Amino acid sequence: MSAPNTPVSAAGAATEEAPLTATAAANVPSTQATESGRSFLPASTLLRHLVTVLLAIVGSVILLEITDPFTNSQLAQLSYYAIAAGGLTVLTGLNGQISLGHGALMAVGAYTTALFLQADEPVALPLILLVSVLTATVVGALVGVAAARLHGPYLAGATLALAVGLPGLAIYFHDTLGGEQGLRVRAPQPPDLFKEFIGWVSGNSATGTKWLAYVGAICLILTYFLLANLVRSRIGRTWRAVRDQEVAAELAGINLGAWRVLAFTVSAAAAGLAGGVLALVIRLAAPSGFTLVLSLSLLTAIVLGGLGSLLGALLGSALLVFLPPFVTDLGADLGLDNTEAAQLAPFVYGVVLIVAMIFAPAGFVGTVRLRWLTYRAKQRAAAARSSSGG
Amino acid sequence: MQQFINITLSGLVEGMIYAAFALALVLIWRSTRIVNFAQGAMAAATAFIALALIDAGQSYWVALIVALVSGFVLGAIVERVIIRPVEGGPELNAVIVTLGLFVAIQALIAIVFGSAFQSFPTPFGVRGFEVGDTTIALTPTSLYIIGSVLITMALLVALFRFTRVGLAMRASAFGQEVARLLGVRVGRMLTLGWALAAVVGSLSGLLIAGGEFIYPAYMDSLIVFGFVAAVLGGLDSPVGAIVGGLLLGLALSYVSGYLPRGSALVNVAALVILMVVLLVRPGGLFASSVARRA
Amino acid sequence: MSRSSRRLVSFLAAATVVSTVAACGGGNNDDGGGGGGGENEASDIGVTEDSIKLGAHYPLTGVAAPGYSEIPTGVQAYFDWVNENGGVNGRQIEYIYRDDAYNPTNTTQVVNQLVLEDEVFAIVGGLGTPTHSAVLDFLNSEGVPDLFVSSGSLLWGEDPETNPYTFGWQTDYESEGKIIGEYIAEEFPDAKVGLFLQDDDFGEDGEAGIREYIDDQIVAAVRYTPGNTNVAPQISELQAAGADFVVGFNVPSYTALSQLTALQLGYQPEQWFYSNVGSDPALVGSLLARFSQGAVSDASLLDGALTTGYLPTVDQTDNPWIQQFQEIWEASGQEGELTNYRVYGMSQAYTTVQALQAAGQNPTRDGIVEAIETAGADWEGPVFAPYRYSADSHMGTSGMSIERIVGNGSEEVQPVRVTDIGNAKIEEFDGEPASPPQNGIPDEESAVD
Repeated sequence: MSAPNTPVSAAGAATEEAPLTATAAANVPSTQATESGRSFLPASTLLRHLVTVLLAIVGSVILLEITDPFTNSQLAQLSYYAIAAGGLTVLTGLNGQISLGHGALMAVGAYTTALFLQADEPVALPLILLVSVLTATVVGALVGVAAARLHGPYLAGATLALAVGLPGLAIYFHDTLGGEQGLRVRAPQPPDLFKEFIGWVSGNSATGTKWLAYVGAICLILTYFLLANLVRSRIGRTWRAVRDQEVAAELAGINLGAWRVLAFTVSAAAAGLAGGVLALVIRLAAPSGFTLVLSLSLLTAIVLGGLGSLLGALLGSALLVFLPPFVTDLGADLGLDNTEAAQLAPFVYGVVLIVAMIFAPAGFVGTVRLRWLTYRAKQRAAAARSSSGG
Repeated sequence: MQQFINITLSGLVEGMIYAAFALALVLIWRSTRIVNFAQGAMAAATAFIALALIDAGQSYWVALIVALVSGFVLGAIVERVIIRPVEGGPELNAVIVTLGLFVAIQALIAIVFGSAFQSFPTPFGVRGFEVGDTTIALTPTSLYIIGSVLITMALLVALFRFTRVGLAMRASAFGQEVARLLGVRVGRMLTLGWALAAVVGSLSGLLIAGGEFIYPAYMDSLIVFGFVAAVLGGLDSPVGAIVGGLLLGLALSYVSGYLPRGSALVNVAALVILMVVLLVRPGGLFASSVARRA
Repeated sequence: MSRSSRRLVSFLAAATVVSTVAACGGGNNDDGGGGGGGENEASDIGVTEDSIKLGAHYPLTGVAAPGYSEIPTGVQAYFDWVNENGGVNGRQIEYIYRDDAYNPTNTTQVVNQLVLEDEVFAIVGGLGTPTHSAVLDFLNSEGVPDLFVSSGSLLWGEDPETNPYTFGWQTDYESEGKIIGEYIAEEFPDAKVGLFLQDDDFGEDGEAGIREYIDDQIVAAVRYTPGNTNVAPQISELQAAGADFVVGFNVPSYTALSQLTALQLGYQPEQWFYSNVGSDPALVGSLLARFSQGAVSDASLLDGALTTGYLPTVDQTDNPWIQQFQEIWEASGQEGELTNYRVYGMSQAYTTVQALQAAGQNPTRDGIVEAIETAGADWEGPVFAPYRYSADSHMGTSGMSIERIVGNGSEEVQPVRVTDIGNAKIEEFDGEPASPPQNGIPDEESAVD
């Protein structure tokens, strides 16, 4: 957490590559990332992102059709974690604000979706999800206004209180929000078009689980496409400036507070969508689904994956989804009984967090990128030496 | 009237425990600029050690002392082995490390001691004192809690103000480079800060357990309210931690007692109180000016 | 293999069984409960010739783990015992329980895993109202039997048309409230009643039941939110309202907290009444054991409190069911002692074995539902009162006795009375308590043909 009397970042100018400056700033000299490694993709950012989206769509379809139904359901779970983590990594990685309260914003989205699906003839799903995004955006903007004035641990404390406080409202207003039991969600049935599509692609049966996995994947790709473009735009650059060069940015006429509120609002929108998808996948919006653990898990996901990187947020979320069942099954295979195996999962998760932060402080994406840059620098140095020596 | 007095008194006692926990967070914040999310789990671990001793026939006081000592050792080890590598690095990494520690220690407690409820003793009575013909919600145990927290705070203030070690700790916290130039062994001071904080955290864990029961996750709600109390008071100030804890304890007790279905509103109330205070004073009630002197 | 084609296979398999049975004309049947003669077959998902796979979700870690995490160990012990004795129709029961940490998000995930990856035949005893309601639609749309949910919510049994595969098991909270209310109206007509309620469906249903009988006697109803351990404001309110008879619909830890707080406040109502969930005297006694060294011994605070019962408890060492369960628990070799949570788990497992037997030699998912609906109301076992299972109701056991806590045990003050949700009358139960069969393993006839 930011301390008023320790330099937040030693890096010079606001750079394009957030993970380098945000998490590995202390460890490496600020390196201007070069675009040369991506020469096989179109030069225009938008075009490049569109190509990536196409690849992601094809990849998702292949992934969802070759895996079994349980993995499908895990991927659906991955999608809502990753959507929320994507928004959070923009807020924390790019704009430098910490939030321990995004679980509460997810709850806002989830309850909105659940309420709209309670109707006898609910409106179309995309519309419901859009309303969930809007509701969370409004709440996020309100929180953002308060948060913009706060720093470091004060912001952490306020958002922590948000994480435990907001779901409490659902218990208090139990008549509309279902209390501790929550609101049950009847997930919409897959449309016929979808069944035809799946029949055409793979011949698998188009179950409700599969439909939700596709809904999740679509939302995820859409969110990441929008976020990626935002990050590369003038807005993204301004956010980085606000994070790295507070004083200079202010002198340049940037209204720090307004930009912080905007960042919070954008990430809240993502959290709202994530909450909507969660309500569909879990088929329930209940306070016990939005504990502090959820908010903290999102934070661990983005740091573990590589702060500021959407790919990192995705990878970190994957760890959240796949590690616990993996460890539990491993424990069971090793002869532990079901209870012991279950207790092993959080233990291993905790240890992984500690070890990863000590040995790969830049997160997964950041560390790989660092290795790659170091390797290239060495090669260049070697080439220079051999040319000068020969 | 009796109801008002009792709600007030129970809020005060609850607040004292928040205060103790907040104090531990403040200590660590002052020494290393890290908010220790593992505080609660570390405290729970020492409480289970104490209970194991009591089960083995030792007295409460022996168990208390062993628990505090093991808290000291645990705090020192954690700082040296786990926190040191991420100190001075990206601030979020330290947060993640303490979160990881929190999850891992809690799981370890469940593996070693099981996850059942276990009764935890208190050395004093749990019946309220009688004033006239009414009983008030003040018991010998609550006096013990209040007394322990006040004494701890006094000792800490004395340590920071009047001893060389305390001075060195403050110096290391506020300017590592300068402190180093002045011959302070900064590393040791940081370790000491964590160790002392773990002792205070452990004390709060034992106090809240007294007369009730413990299980691996029993400190979870205290982490939230302790942290909120610390932020409320301004993270730099031990006095702020106490005041923040008491204010929060009282306010939540009134909310729970006087609003319809108030118990459900307690968490929301904590949010509202914190937001209001931070909007007026973004650095907490006892921000900077007071903190620098303490 | 996709879901629909798998269902098709199971349908074909079932059809084959029927034709085999028809061909054999009911040959020799040495299992006692087979669906006719013939061979064991892989009759449905999770069923093989020599095994049947069952799954469950419980909070094994986190805040809800204390107590509840013991239930599946009891279930496991009982299934082990059945397996030792030859299994059900020659099939070994394979029991997998997974941790959901009492978080519905996790419940969905682990139940997906149990159904889609582990491919269990049925979910048995899934615990918790918010947690299990997250998987209610999924299990019913996938056609997975969802047996004997560990919660007294009305959700599981009142609407079999919507949730045909789900069955409740324990007495629902509303029926319990009604029985308590009627008892107070008759025995304590002048009492000023205060309610101490958990702020969720548990407290709500219980309150609704009680109010049907003593609405005018209630002077205060206070609610606590689980996790909020300071209940002094709530107990103070009861005290200020002058309640001299307190009924608690709360979990055991809050029984201990309410007693402790009442002691602090010097609040001594003439009578405490804790609902079944909160009253486990052995557990509460151990919670309060060290309360204050020497000041209070064991459960003496609870001495004289009233409670309800639908299962024998571990303190009743002369109860034949408890003796049987004790033997089974010791044989399982698991750590710890027999607790009431484990008795609960074993009793559920007992009903599960009854259901499996009734589903015939080659059980199918639809077959077991039919079996419970047709035969379930006649099953006897450790529970005091009959189940309400039929095609119209999937509610569990229908009645409760009222007991007075004495030391660490209890004595009956009102014999078992049975009722149902809504306007149903309360009537005395005229049946005899069942005694355990030989070996403690039921022997039900097949109820499907």
